[in-house]
Amino acid sequence: MTTKMFGQRVPRVEDPRLLSGQGRYLDDLGHDALEVAFVRSPHAHARIVDVDVSAALDVEGLVAIYTYDDLDGRTTEPLPLLIPHPALTHGRTPYALAKDEVNHVGEAIAMVVASDRYVAEDVVGLIQVEYELLPAVVGIERSRDGGDLVHADVPGNVAATMVQEVGDAATMIAAAGHRATLSLSIERSASMPMEGKGVLARWDPDDESLLMHTSTQTSTSVRQAVAAKLSLPVDRVEVVTPDVGGGFGVKIVHPWPEEILVPWAALRLGQPVKWVEDRREHFVSSAHERGQLHEVEFGYDDDGHLRGLSVRFWHDNGAYTPYGLIVPIITSTQLLGPYKPGAYRVEFQSLYTNTVIVTPYRGAGRPQGCFVMERVMDAIAADLGLDRTVVRERNFIQPEEMPFDHGLIFQDGRPLIYDSGDFPASLAKLKALVGWDDFESYRSAARAEGRQVGIGVACYVEGTGVGPYEGGHLRIETDGSVVVSTGLTTQGQGHQTMLAQIVADELGVSMDRIRVTTGDTRRFKYAVGTFASRTAVMSGSAVALTARKVRAKALRIAANALEASVDDLEIVDGHVQVKGSPGSQIDLGAVAVLSNPLRYAFDAGATRATQFAAPADPSVPPVPENDQPGLEGTDYYSPLRSTFANGMHAVVVETDPETAEIKILRYCVVHDCGTVINPMIVEGQVHGGVAQGVGGALYERMEYDAAGQLLNASYMDFLMPYASEVPHIEIDHLETPSPLNPLGVKGAGEAGVIPGSAAIAAAIEDAEGFAIAAMPISPSELFELRRRHAGR
Amino acid sequence: MKPAPFAYHRPSTVAEAAQLLAATQGKILAGGQSLIPIMSMRLASPAALVDLNHVPGLAAIDVTSTAVHIGALTRHAALEANDAAYLANPLLRRALRHVAHATIRNRGTTVGSIVHADPAAEMPAVLRLLGGIVEAVSSERGHRSIDSADFFVGPLESALQPDEVAVAATFPHPPGGSGSSWAEISRRHGDYGLVGVGSLVVLDEGRRITSASVCLISVGGTPVLVDVTDASSGTTYDAVDWTAALELVDAAIDPESDIHATAAYRRQLARVLTGRALAQATADAIARVAA
Ligand SMILES: Cc1cc2nc3c(=O)[nH]c(=O)nc-3n(C[C@H](O)[C@H](O)[C@H](O)COP(=O)(O)OP(=O)(O)OC[C@H]3O[C@@H](n4cnc5c(N)ncnc54)[C@H](O)[C@@H]3O)c2cc1C
Repeated sequence: MTTKMFGQRVPRVEDPRLLSGQGRYLDDLGHDALEVAFVRSPHAHARIVDVDVSAALDVEGLVAIYTYDDLDGRTTEPLPLLIPHPALTHGRTPYALAKDEVNHVGEAIAMVVASDRYVAEDVVGLIQVEYELLPAVVGIERSRDGGDLVHADVPGNVAATMVQEVGDAATMIAAAGHRATLSLSIERSASMPMEGKGVLARWDPDDESLLMHTSTQTSTSVRQAVAAKLSLPVDRVEVVTPDVGGGFGVKIVHPWPEEILVPWAALRLGQPVKWVEDRREHFVSSAHERGQLHEVEFGYDDDGHLRGLSVRFWHDNGAYTPYGLIVPIITSTQLLGPYKPGAYRVEFQSLYTNTVIVTPYRGAGRPQGCFVMERVMDAIAADLGLDRTVVRERNFIQPEEMPFDHGLIFQDGRPLIYDSGDFPASLAKLKALVGWDDFESYRSAARAEGRQVGIGVACYVEGTGVGPYEGGHLRIETDGSVVVSTGLTTQGQGHQTMLAQIVADELGVSMDRIRVTTGDTRRFKYAVGTFASRTAVMSGSAVALTARKVRAKALRIAANALEASVDDLEIVDGHVQVKGSPGSQIDLGAVAVLSNPLRYAFDAGATRATQFAAPADPSVPPVPENDQPGLEGTDYYSPLRSTFANGMHAVVVETDPETAEIKILRYCVVHDCGTVINPMIVEGQVHGGVAQGVGGALYERMEYDAAGQLLNASYMDFLMPYASEVPHIEIDHLETPSPLNPLGVKGAGEAGVIPGSAAIAAAIEDAEGFAIAAMPISPSELFELRRRHAGR
Repeated sequence: MKPAPFAYHRPSTVAEAAQLLAATQGKILAGGQSLIPIMSMRLASPAALVDLNHVPGLAAIDVTSTAVHIGALTRHAALEANDAAYLANPLLRRALRHVAHATIRNRGTTVGSIVHADPAAEMPAVLRLLGGIVEAVSSERGHRSIDSADFFVGPLESALQPDEVAVAATFPHPPGGSGSSWAEISRRHGDYGLVGVGSLVVLDEGRRITSASVCLISVGGTPVLVDVTDASSGTTYDAVDWTAALELVDAAIDPESDIHATAAYRRQLARVLTGRALAQATADAIARVAA
C-alpha cells in the first residue's frame, strides 16, 4: 500500500537544498552579466531641472547611462495601472525613469550600466542632478489637508473615494442603546524579504529571444508586461523565477521599473545585464504597507450585540497607485471578521503622499481591519463590564448560518460570502489553550510578585484562494517519474512538497518520483501568481484535477495492456495492477512508453513495455482520434469565489512597571484553513506570520521625517524582530473543509500576521488599564502614554 | 551599497602599519564590523585601508596581577571567553555579552570598538569606568599612552590622531572588595543599548561602601562617568539608599530623543538601570567577599 501523504507532516523536499547553501537566487546567476545601479532621488518631491553626466563619462568600466530621454517606444509611457477600479478616479503610475518630476525619495532618475556594481555605483556618485524642490506631502494628515499636492492634477491628493453600505448604519447606530467612537491608527511597515528584488536579462540574437530571470511572485504576468513594453512578440520572451528569498507581497507588483529597464538595456547592448537591489534601495524604492487612520462609530445593545458600525478611514497609498485599491478594499470588507455588524457602512479615501508606493504586504489591509473590529469588541466589553470573549461569542456568525453573505463586494469583484467556519468552536479551543478562564488568578499571583500582566484576544476571517484560475501540467516519463508544473511562483513556502503530496496520493506514486516546477514560463504559460494565500487552493486543486486526468489515461492504457477493465485497476507505488492481484501489473513508466507509438528502445523500460504492446490495428491510426501521444495532461481550476479561512489569537504580555518593556509571555493560535495538506508547513506559515505580526505590533515602522526622508532605511534601525524577539507559539487546529474546491482546503499563508497588532494591543491595554489606539507601540511610547495618563 | 575604490595594504609589523597609515592618510581595518558597513553605504570613503589582521602578536590577552591587557586584534569573543580575564575582572565578560551578536563579536575587536568611540558602545564605557589606558603608536611621534579620561572626545571621536595605530588597551583590575555589573536595555537582543550602565561598588571590611561609580552609554556624546560615592559612602551595603545617586546621574546626563526613544524615556531608563546596576554590583561585591 502506498501511504497517504495528504495530511502528513512530510518533511519539506526543498529544505536539504536550501539549508545547505544549494539554493540559486537571482544574484547567484549571471556572473557574466553587466551590472546596473540607479541614480535615485534624494528628495521627496522635486522637479528635475537637469541631469549632467559629463563628470562620469571617463570612469573605466562604464558601459552606458540612460535617462528618460533615452527611452523609446512604449518604455516612454507610464507603467501600467494593474488593477483599475471605477472608484480609482485619479490613479497615477510612475515612469520607468522619472520624466520631469520625482515623487518620493528613491525614485529612479538614471540607470547606469557598467562592468560591475562597484563601478556602476562610482558612476552614480558622479552624475549631477539639478532639482527644483517642491513641498513634500508626508503623512495622512498632511495629505488630507490638501494644502500641498503630490500630483498637481489630483485635487486634495485623493486617488479614490469608495463607499459600501449594508443596511442603514447611521439609523441603526442612532437607535442603539449605546454608542461610542474610536480613532485608531496603524503605521507603515513593509514586506522586507531578506532577498530584495533582482532582474537578469539575456537577449539571444541568434534565437531572437529574451530570457529573463526575476525575483517575482508572478513570472507569467512579467512576461506579458515585458513583451508589451519592449514591443516583442510574446513567444520570444520567457521569464523564469529562480529561488526567491521571500516576497510577502512586494514582488507581486509588476512590472517594476527595473523589470522593464534591465531587459531593455540587454536588448540594446546585446549583452546580459543584471540588477540586484540592495537593502537601502529596497527601503526607498520598493513598497510599504499598513499606514491607515480610522474613525469608527458604533452602536450596541445592553447585551453587547453590535447594531450598527460606521467606519471612515484614510489609506496612505504613497506616490503612485500601480496596484489599485486592493489594500483598502480588503480592509473595508475583511474588517468584519467573524462578526455580524448589524448595519455596516464603510467609506475610505486613498491618499497620495510623497513616500514609497503601497502594495499588499502579507495580510494586505486585514491587520488594520482586524485591529479596528477587535478594538470595537473590546470597547463594548469594557463599557458593559462583560468578558471580552462573551461579547465576541454574542456577535459571531453561527456555523448554521454558513454560507454567510455579508452583502458586500470583495477584492476579487465577487460577493463576500463566507463558505464555512465554526467560530464558537474555534474560540472555545483558544480559551482552553490559553487558559482564559484561569487568567484572573494568574494575574493576582503575578501582581503579588510586583509583576503586571495582561491578556488579549483577536479573531479574523481571511479571504484566501482568490481566482481567477491556476493550472497544472503533469507528465509521467518513461522511467516512471512524474514531472509536475504550475505557473505560479514559490518564495520558500514549501510548494514543491505540498504539491507533490497531492500528486502522490492522486497518482499512487511515491514522493521521491515527483518533481515540481513553479514559476517558469517555459514550462507553463497561463498563471496568475502567488499572493492572497492562494497556492494550495488554486494550484493544489489544479494539480489534483490534472493528476486525475492523467491517471484516467494511464488506467485506460494499462487496462488494454493487462486485458482488464479500468474499474478493476488501482495504482500502487507506481504500478498499475488488478485490484487484489498484484501479480498482474505494469509500472507507470511502461504505461508511458505504451502511450507513445514511436517507441525506440532507448532504455530497458521501453524494451520491457513491448511485451504489453498490443498488435497494431490497421483500421485506426497509430494515435487515434481525440487521443494524444504521451502520458501527460493539463487542467485548470477556477473557483466561483474565494474561500474564507479564519483564526483566533490570544496573547499574554507582561509590561515592566519601571522600564515599560513589553514582553510576550504566551502566544496562542487556533487556526482553521480547512483541510490541512501538511500540518508542519501550515504551522511554519503561521509561525512566520506571527513573527511579522509581532514585528508590526512592537518593532517595525517606517520613520519618515516631514521632508520625506526615511530615517531608518537599514536593518540597524528598522527593527525587524530577530528569533530572540519572537515568542514560542502554541497552535491548535480546527478543520472545517471548504465546499468550494476538490481538496476542501483554504489558504494559510497570510493568516499568522493578521491579528497580531489587535491581540497585542488588547493585552497591553489589559495590563495597563488604559486604551491603546495606535500601533505599533514601543516601550518609549508606552512610557509616554503612562505619563499622559498619570497626568490626567 | 558597494564601497568606493580604495587601496588595500597588508603590513606585517606595527611599525609598517603606522608608516602606511601616515603615508596614505588611510584607515586601519581591524574587525571591519563598523568600518565596512560605513564604507559600503559610502558614508566614509577612505583612500586606503591598512589591514592590521596580518600583524602577528596583536591578539594576545595578558592577565597580570594588576590589569587585563589586550592587543589591537583581540576579538570581543576571545576576551569574553577568556576565563582568566573573567576571574580577574568579571565586568569585561558581563559587558561584552551586550556587544552586538555572537557573529559580530567573532570578528569585531575590543580595541576597534574603543577607537570607534560610539557613544552607544559598551567597551568604551567599561574602559572609562575602570580608568583604563589605550596604547598608541605613530611613525612620527612614536609611542604614547592615553588615559581613558582623555580618550573619548565626542560621538565617534577619540583622542587618537589620524596617523596613530592603537596597539593595545589596558583594563586595570577593580580594587579588592569590589563588585561590578552591567545593566542594559536594547530594543532587540544584540542591538546597541537604548541605555546601558556599568557599575563598580567597593566595600570595606565592615561592608560599608567606600566608593561607587557608574558609567552610562547612549545618554551623551561620550560615555558618562558619574562618581556616586558621596551619595552613599559610609552606609553599609544593606542599608544603602541610592536615591541621591540617581539624582546625580540624572544631572550628569544629556540624552537626546531619536526614533527609538524620547529623551525623557532615556532619563527614566538611566535612573532605573543605575539603580539596578548599583544594587547588582553591591550584591556582587558581597558575593565575592563571601567566596
Ligand atoms: C549589527 C551590529 C551591531 C552592533 N552592536 C554593537 C553593540 O551593541 N555594542 C557595541 O559596542 N558595538 C556594536 N557593534 C560594533 C562592533 O562592536 C564593532 O566590532 C566595533 O565597533 C568596531 O570594532 P572592529 O574591530 O570591527 O573595527 P573596525 O570596523 O575595523 O574599525 C572601526 C573604526 O576604528 C578604527 N580602528 C579600528 N582598530 C583600530 C586600531 N587598532 N587603531 C586605529 N584605528 C582603529 C577603524 O579605522 C575604523 O575607523 C555592532 C556592529 C554591528 C555590525
